[in-house]
Amino acid sequence: MRSQLPLFPDSASTLSPHVDALFLAWSVVSAFFTLLIAVLILYFMVRYRRRGADDVGEVERPMLWLEIAWTAIPLGIVMAMFVWGTLVFFQLYRPPADAVEYYSVGKQWMWKFQHPDGHREINALHIPAGRAIRLKLTAEDVIHSFYVPAFRLKQDALPGRYTQVWFKATKPGIYHLFCAEYCGAEHSRMIGWIVVMEPRDYEAWLAGGPAGKTMVASGAELFEQLACQTCHRAAPNRPARGPRLEGLYGTQVKLANGGTVTADDDYIRESILNPTAKITAGWDPIMPTFQGQVSEEQLLQLLSYIKSLHADNGGSEAAGGQTAKKTP
Amino acid sequence: MNTTVDTAEPVVPSPETGSEPRNYLNAAYGLRSWLLTRDHKRIAILYLISVTAFFALGSFFALLIRLELLTPEGDLVSPDTYNRLFTMHGIVMVFFFLIPGIPAVLGNFLVPLMIGAKDLAFPRINLASWYIYCLGGLFTLWSIVHGGVDTGWTFYTPFSTHYSNTYVISAALGIFITGFSSIFTGLNFIVTIHRMRAPGMTWFRLPLFIWSHYATSLIIVLGTPVIAITILLVAAEKLLHLGIFDPALGGDPVLFQHLFWFYSHPAVYIMILPSMGVISELVAAFARKPVFGYKVVAFASIGIAVLGFLVWGHHMFVAGESVYVATVFSVLSMLVAIPSAVKVFNWTFTLYQGSISLQTPMLYALGFIGLFTLGGLTGVMLATLGLDVHVHDTYFIVAHFHYIMVGGTIMGYLGGLHYWWPKISGKLYPAFLSRLSALLVFVGFNLTFFPQFILGYLGMPRRYWSYPPEFQVLNVLSTAGASILGVGYLLPLCYFIWSMRYGKNSGDNPWGAVGLEWDTSSPPPTENFLTTPVVTHGPYEYNPKEVHDRTSQPEARVG
Repeated sequence: MRSQLPLFPDSASTLSPHVDALFLAWSVVSAFFTLLIAVLILYFMVRYRRRGADDVGEVERPMLWLEIAWTAIPLGIVMAMFVWGTLVFFQLYRPPADAVEYYSVGKQWMWKFQHPDGHREINALHIPAGRAIRLKLTAEDVIHSFYVPAFRLKQDALPGRYTQVWFKATKPGIYHLFCAEYCGAEHSRMIGWIVVMEPRDYEAWLAGGPAGKTMVASGAELFEQLACQTCHRAAPNRPARGPRLEGLYGTQVKLANGGTVTADDDYIRESILNPTAKITAGWDPIMPTFQGQVSEEQLLQLLSYIKSLHADNGGSEAAGGQTAKKTP
Repeated sequence: MNTTVDTAEPVVPSPETGSEPRNYLNAAYGLRSWLLTRDHKRIAILYLISVTAFFALGSFFALLIRLELLTPEGDLVSPDTYNRLFTMHGIVMVFFFLIPGIPAVLGNFLVPLMIGAKDLAFPRINLASWYIYCLGGLFTLWSIVHGGVDTGWTFYTPFSTHYSNTYVISAALGIFITGFSSIFTGLNFIVTIHRMRAPGMTWFRLPLFIWSHYATSLIIVLGTPVIAITILLVAAEKLLHLGIFDPALGGDPVLFQHLFWFYSHPAVYIMILPSMGVISELVAAFARKPVFGYKVVAFASIGIAVLGFLVWGHHMFVAGESVYVATVFSVLSMLVAIPSAVKVFNWTFTLYQGSISLQTPMLYALGFIGLFTLGGLTGVMLATLGLDVHVHDTYFIVAHFHYIMVGGTIMGYLGGLHYWWPKISGKLYPAFLSRLSALLVFVGFNLTFFPQFILGYLGMPRRYWSYPPEFQVLNVLSTAGASILGVGYLLPLCYFIWSMRYGKNSGDNPWGAVGLEWDTSSPPPTENFLTTPVVTHGPYEYNPKEVHDRTSQPEARVG
């Protein structure tokens, strides 16, 4: 049902109208100034056309007021637009506290998604309308960019780092998902669909798929498999050999070199892949690297698990306790 | 360098009546006399030929891109070929046409003439800059012939350092080498403008073309080393596996973007400032009056050059940059629009009470004002954070920077060539065809790139080989416009070449323009002026009574 000559994109998120308002206001301002200049040029062109071969122009007196006006008025307009645009931008990048976390890994040339309940998809993401969703992004190889025009939203997915984006879809439907950062041969095929469903359709859709483990449960399993607990947890017969992970997330960690670092997603990721980069004060640098042993998706699962560990209990919480104190 | 005591060497005018007076073109003949010349005018011609060749190559790539995009399915070339096409289009156009274009051709020819000097300060370095440019060009051509590069002209890491199997290093080295030719030219202009002005040519009697070339030279000299360092770092990572940009080696991919844009954003001003200088000259000459608010326009060039260094971060609004950093870059990017806006208003009001003649160069100049206005306004739109998120890396950006770089720079370049062609060649070109070319370029350009603004807001990402079918109609319009634009570019090429042999002699000053470059013969003699000119008034004094008023108290200056 897409028109042959669309002139304006679909609008399907709570923030789209804000971006559109900004765009339309700017379009009016741009059209006004372009027409103003065009009309003035055309008028002067005719009014002051050269009549004799030796004619010369008159020299006007300096008009200081005019020069001040055409400096001050554009300055006022751009500053107003700056404030407006920045307010919209802050909304676009400040997820609400109740946003549910989804995960995405970009790789040449596909988008992999994981729902909080463990459902996985490739090049399609089903989401419920009316719920705030926070998407944590990373990339396996090169830089990609998660772009949904109908949500007026874009965020680069960077290798080796986490970025995030949030949205609340308003209208059930199927919307384009593009990779917006050039990523190699099949860049233009790294596309897919965002399928926005009524919440109960979404629940039905989830129930219809193969039952997966939640992100936290998968993380807990992986934690055991990789034997993380042999060092990071004390056993009755021996003390722990590595720092305690319970309650770690979001806290300030003192480092052996005297500095401190916030235990956020990027720090935990780095500590798994490159443990000697930042050694916690009071511990020996004995941890081996897990580079090459865990995939980006597994890292996200481990991260979910570690985030779910609270200071007051030794084991895992049942289901995704989203206690993020900090948004990276 | 003391310009006041230099009078020209004795000149012996040709005794035989009917034979041409001696000029830089007939001073010597043969390939050797061109390849070993130290005359800035001849070096400008060498540059003219080589940048035209690169422009033709870049346009050929553009043609293939537009043909591929006629249909939603990628069906003309393979995706690998398409990626090489847009990459080579960008590299060739940006580094081998747009950056050197106006400074190395028109600047080289005119800077000494406009300030009343015999040559640039360092003629040998000037010739060396052309050879370095050609050497850099050869490296890049070598990579094209061997299969090209597919990273995009932006060379983003870690794609360029780790994932691309194409000739990244040789193409990047071509850019590295060419950078030195820019630096040589910039250095030469700065020293020449400081030291070699004719007696009486004070700073505020300099034509605005000189001011804008001075500002451009500052950017070139300060900015180009940064891209050189960045390219070396990319090479070091690719060849020696040092972890600088690749996260797998412990590097930071976004660091590359900061370094790259620290040069490449100011580079946009390297492209547009000289063009603004050309437009100031054209508007004054064809309205026959001084540019409105001369000092403001002059300082606006310097303002753009300085602010231009502080806005690079607006290329990373969606690359994980902190929201506060983004805010700072947003406000600075908007501020840089103000001097540009002021210039547009000043040019427009220069027409007020002028004596306006719509000859070809003026048509290009007015076209520039229109296209640059729209390009500039969409640039401020992009600096608006909440809006950039949506249109970043879409065809909106593509349209915007083509309005600036093609609508701005090429309109200025062609307008300047048409204006100074009689000065360069001593010949006239056909009036009707040249006006037609200005019209075709303007119409073709808008038809090519305006639909891309709409495509961008609809969400079509850039660098897509295939695209969803609903974007087709706008792409077809764009390709249709590009074919008109192509005809508009071919026309001047044909009639300029034609005019060299068959064109009527132009006389020394066919436009009745003022300015030192028109005070000497066309084409000028090798030493530019037979006697060193003494300047007694500002650059655009057409009105005789005004000239009289001001010359009553001459400003003396000893260089």
